[in-house]
Amino acid sequence: MKRIIAREEICMGCGLCEVYCTVQHSKTKDIIKAYKETPKPISRVRLEVAKPISFAIQCRNCEDAPCVIACLSGAMTVDEETGLIKHNKDKCIGCWTCVMVCPYGALKMDISGKVVAKCDLCQELESPACVANCPNRALTVKEVRP
Amino acid sequence: MPKYVIIGASAAGIGAVEAIRDVDPVGTIAVISEELCPHYSRPMISDFVSGQVSFPEMMCREDDFWRKNDVQELLGRKAMTIDFPKKRVTLDNGERVIYEELLIATGGKPFCPRIEGADKDGVFTFTTISDAERLAEKLENSKSIVVIGAGLIGVSVTEALVKRGLKVTLVELQDKILSLLLDANGSDIMEDVMRRAGVTIVAGQSVQKIIGNPKNDQAVGGVVLTKGNQIACDAVIVAIGVVPRTDLVTGTELKLNRGIIVDNFMKTNLPDVYASGDVAEAWDFTLTQNRLLPLWPLAMSQGKVAGYNMAGKKTEYAGGTNMSSLKYFGIPVVSIGITNPKDPTTFEILTKHEPEKNLYKKIVLKDNIVVGIILVNEIERAGTLFHLMKNRVNVKKFKRELISEAFGLAVLPASLRKTMCQGYIR
Repeated sequence: MKRIIAREEICMGCGLCEVYCTVQHSKTKDIIKAYKETPKPISRVRLEVAKPISFAIQCRNCEDAPCVIACLSGAMTVDEETGLIKHNKDKCIGCWTCVMVCPYGALKMDISGKVVAKCDLCQELESPACVANCPNRALTVKEVRP
Repeated sequence: MPKYVIIGASAAGIGAVEAIRDVDPVGTIAVISEELCPHYSRPMISDFVSGQVSFPEMMCREDDFWRKNDVQELLGRKAMTIDFPKKRVTLDNGERVIYEELLIATGGKPFCPRIEGADKDGVFTFTTISDAERLAEKLENSKSIVVIGAGLIGVSVTEALVKRGLKVTLVELQDKILSLLLDANGSDIMEDVMRRAGVTIVAGQSVQKIIGNPKNDQAVGGVVLTKGNQIACDAVIVAIGVVPRTDLVTGTELKLNRGIIVDNFMKTNLPDVYASGDVAEAWDFTLTQNRLLPLWPLAMSQGKVAGYNMAGKKTEYAGGTNMSSLKYFGIPVVSIGITNPKDPTTFEILTKHEPEKNLYKKIVLKDNIVVGIILVNEIERAGTLFHLMKNRVNVKKFKRELISEAFGLAVLPASLRKTMCQGYIR
């Protein structure tokens, strides 16, 4: 399974990861139009800043993930083959229980849809949008278990 | 003869099956449940009553969950007695099920105080799908409802009723609603948004009597409050809380307090007998004692711990605490741990209170360790705060940041930050 690793010593806090993630998870996939869409597309990566420190974090796909155990509706599941944590928007009831238990704060609240939004590692792309568009490679992909 | 027998097939039972199958793909499992289709999400009952979801949409696991996990389904069956020395469960049809390892996960049942008139038609509780179905049918021709109890369940059912266009009076014995989760500032925000949504809140009172309808005394027509005033209604919903369903084991050699007493491996005092979920008294890491905590995520987690131990993979329960996230009336709320200490002088309390924005944050610290969290209307960082709390991280150097809008991973100590950037922490 892929995991995105953040390197805070290299990150300059430009926020392009959030921009490209938002675009990738928009309807139009167009950098200008995406920001005018309703409902607003949501970045699943978050730039964490406390100057001079900055780094970007998204779902870590934990083993024994607290969000999966806590999920009230069964929307959050583990893909047995890849170990990836999948979120089924149609089953999500927006109870925010996963938000309460995720140590990383990696689950974002999509208030317009009353569901959570999480990183899917951009399955359809060769490299996740945040990684591919990080100008100084502060985000890299590492292959970890299963 | 099944190797594993599980009584109860809600969160804890489901968690146990998943854990057992994780380590033992072949050992036979039998699950006993009084419900025919038990793998639904109980917390979603309010969404069912509001009409937002149908019963099939409430399934928290795949339709073929039991079959897929090769579970012998004894559904619609009630366990009547357990013979612990003979390791045998007797069902309501006389069938006997022998076990090697037993999990008791019988859950909770609604607590109904003795109220005169509570036997009338139109008094409901709110914990199973059959309760909810009967209630939903009654609501078809109801206009006004009295809900008794303004805890998590009472507030959730109130929202469901409001969504259906009903007039609701919420009666709470304590002076404030959600008193086990919030303090006065937090409750005031919720009371305010609920009143604006049309809910009548009667706090500091209880229902002393349920009275009949003038046309039919056997049907609910209203309630009389403790101070004597009457409220007319078509139905009463009792949402005071749940108590453990221990009937099956009361008077046996199994050690009980209010619930079944378990150790941190979910083991009871009897060999090869485990208990999990709302029926068990498990470890609370905040209060550092065992207690009842009837919460879905904790039941799931305890069920998993029991399942692993039953299947021979020694696993310790990390403990839980009183923790809930709420989504009602458009205001997200998180409450964890000791949120309203009785003796506040022995704690350090940080707050941020902007009632005009419905915003409230409160962090309760003891010796620089987070022991309580209230977040109203800004909850996205709740999980990180909970992580600090659960792992007893000393927050001395950055405690001022905890209630700030800018709180996030970047303010954490370098060592913790590094682990988080790399990936995986438990």
